[in-house]
Amino acid sequence: MAYPPDLTVRSATIAVLVENEAGVLARVIGLFSGRGYNIDSLTVAPVEGDGGRSRINIVTSGTPMVIEQIKSQLDRLVPVHRVSDLTQDGPHIAREMALVKVIGAGNHRAEALRLADAFRARVVDATTESFVFEMTGQTEKIDAFVDLMRPLGLAEVSRTGVAAIARGKRII
Amino acid sequence: MTHRSAKFYLSRIMTQTETLQAAPVTVLQSGAEVLLRALKDQGVEVIFGYPGGAVLPIYDAIFQQNAIRHILVRHEQAAVHAAEGYARSTGRVGCVLVTSGPGATNAVTGLVDALMDSIPIVCLTGQVPTHLIGNDAFQEADTTGITRPATKHNYLVKKSEDLARVVHEAFYVARSGRPGPVVIDLPKDILINKAPYSEKPETPHRSYRPQTAPDAGQIAKAVALLKGARRPVIYTGGGVINAGDRATAALIKLVRKTGFPTTSTLMGLGAYPSNDPLFLGMLGMHGTYEANLAMHGCDVMLNVGARFDDRVTGRLNAFSPDSRKIHIDIDPSSINKNVPVEVPIIADATYALEALCDAWDADDAKPHTADLASWWAEIEVWRAVKCLKFTQTTAKGGIIKPQHAIQRLYDITRENEAKTGQQTYISTEVGQHQMWAAQYFRFDQPNRWMTSGGLGTMGYGLPAAMGVQIAHPEALCIDIAGEASILMNIQEMATLAQYRLPVKVFILNNRYMGMVRQWQELLHGSRYSESYSEALPDFVKLADAFHGVGMRATSVDELDDVIRAMIAEPRAVIAEICVDETENCYPMIPSGAAHNDMILGPEHGTALQNGRAAGLTDEGLVLV
Ligand SMILES: Cc1ncc(C[n+]2csc(CCOP(=O)(O)OP(=O)(O)O)c2C)c(N)n1
Ligand SMILES: [Mg+2]
Repeated sequence: MAYPPDLTVRSATIAVLVENEAGVLARVIGLFSGRGYNIDSLTVAPVEGDGGRSRINIVTSGTPMVIEQIKSQLDRLVPVHRVSDLTQDGPHIAREMALVKVIGAGNHRAEALRLADAFRARVVDATTESFVFEMTGQTEKIDAFVDLMRPLGLAEVSRTGVAAIARGKRII
Repeated sequence: MTHRSAKFYLSRIMTQTETLQAAPVTVLQSGAEVLLRALKDQGVEVIFGYPGGAVLPIYDAIFQQNAIRHILVRHEQAAVHAAEGYARSTGRVGCVLVTSGPGATNAVTGLVDALMDSIPIVCLTGQVPTHLIGNDAFQEADTTGITRPATKHNYLVKKSEDLARVVHEAFYVARSGRPGPVVIDLPKDILINKAPYSEKPETPHRSYRPQTAPDAGQIAKAVALLKGARRPVIYTGGGVINAGDRATAALIKLVRKTGFPTTSTLMGLGAYPSNDPLFLGMLGMHGTYEANLAMHGCDVMLNVGARFDDRVTGRLNAFSPDSRKIHIDIDPSSINKNVPVEVPIIADATYALEALCDAWDADDAKPHTADLASWWAEIEVWRAVKCLKFTQTTAKGGIIKPQHAIQRLYDITRENEAKTGQQTYISTEVGQHQMWAAQYFRFDQPNRWMTSGGLGTMGYGLPAAMGVQIAHPEALCIDIAGEASILMNIQEMATLAQYRLPVKVFILNNRYMGMVRQWQELLHGSRYSESYSEALPDFVKLADAFHGVGMRATSVDELDDVIRAMIAEPRAVIAEICVDETENCYPMIPSGAAHNDMILGPEHGTALQNGRAAGLTDEGLVLV
């Protein structure tokens, strides 16, 4: 830790490899709510077969001291194997997927399609009055797309939250 | 009747003998029996518990064995505190057994207490059978949900084949790294159904492997800082006690070697001998003037096994502003949590302190002896203020000052120790009496002082003393209590009677929730809202009703005799010491104030300013 402490707030993407046991997600979420840390995004899924391990990706924010706290608090949970601060430890890739429902007719409909094309969003469902777009990308790109759809009849958004991984040969 | 050939009978006999031979290996015991076997293999000798429907199979198994003793408490909270007292005074894991639902919820306060003070506990809770979980069954509670933030870790055993492994793991987790309470929730069918046994595992835990050895580079950095120090201070905490006798020995070696002034948190008292001139007394909210000013003015601070708790730091941005800090802790999350430090050392205090001693010797740099001498001269001026002085009248019928009561208790227990060799263990409740005990009772050894530090749980002291007495049957176990706190677990007097535990309850009766009254006086314009101890029981009769002995001292001339009689009495005692009702506990750093904004007592002529304590700010008023 730098000394004296740095008070700037930064965003951090943290990957946590956990034992795939009952209650482990509750422990992680309880830790964040109990200690007043932010969760901007949280995803979890098994990454090994046979009830092996799961991976949790958390996007959070805080001063370097708080982020450091979050990491060591996570690390001391008994079922946690490893904690990696992807933002800190080197270049990484972060993606999320969104399903975006737009309802409308006429010009708006055509405009939505054109923008979807520009954003490389795919049409995965269509009726005469609606589209469902699927798009994958960084959080900011999805935010931008959703904002653009707002005046064009945006009705509903379903997002996966961030999945992240380090670039190159580095693993958690 | 049919005739069978000899071969038929022979084959039957064969199969029977075969099964008989195979039996010792394959026979499955009930879950409850497996549980007890695992506890025994973990070295458990005593369980503090209270029965109920969900844990009847365990009680049945307990009935049929002799290896593990069960102590029947009178409230589940007390079971946990008793196990804490047992654990804290022995360095072993304390074990608790309670039933489902209300048994488990009653235990929660004890669990949080153990969590905050890092006490190793394994608490077994009963649960409704697996097929009823989630059905709002009778006496069902979501115990793992409720205790998740109240424990270091918890388990719900859903499969019989996991049972033995989970028990072994729970003990490992409770005692390793930063110790803490672990709950194992046991559905009733798991206790009844047959389960396989597995031995204590030899392999390390899959994911939980706390670091215990210090990094050599960090040790070198620390020694460089310490050698270069001109105004150093060593600040130790409960972590040194938890690390065990080797850690205290290494601490004493380091302090003597360096000649550095040393102070301790409430939880750390006893790790360094309090009568030693290098010891400045306790620090923090009710710490000594010299300890707090040394912390404020130091240039290098070595924190060993303490966590920069708010009772210790006071206002954070004014805490020891000019010091470079070294922090030894086994829990990485304690480091840089409240106070940023320059040299973190993640390790067991034993290894870190031993490494520091070796590295100090190996390093050629000479300490700044002259600066150190003038730093000590400064400290001696603060010490000469005698912040703990008080005036006790000696006139017959004179009112007893609470500080004097503790002082005499200390002196007389010392005499007793010298005469009889009987060791003294002190526990406390929470309030002024607790702080006076910390200030005026002096500890020379670790594990002799049991108090609820982090959670501040009234009702802790009596059951804790009970657990200590179970672990040390010959010792003198005293609960220094307040008249309000003692009522929170007074039912444990019955446990004392049942097991003939000669615990001494030493009540400083000031007829107030004194600590609350003190805050109301200093911070809330002397409006004593609901802090008077109205309608108190007659404690002497109360002791009698619980098959103990009651004693009372109302004036200073009676005090010594009561203390002596209390110590000599082979049964449990409640000694009610009627003390000055309006005495305040000083020195005091009000919440949100800095160390150098300490209020000294009336002995030092400190008065209130505008009806409020000095150093108190509006921001401070919101703090606890
Ligand atoms: C369970 C619990 N409830 C409330 C408090 C708040 N509290 C702290 S000290 C205190 C008063 C204690 O009074 P007493 O036991 O008489 O001790 P004294 O301060 O008078 O020595 C109270 C109510 C607490 N610490 N624990
Ligand atoms: Mg009182």
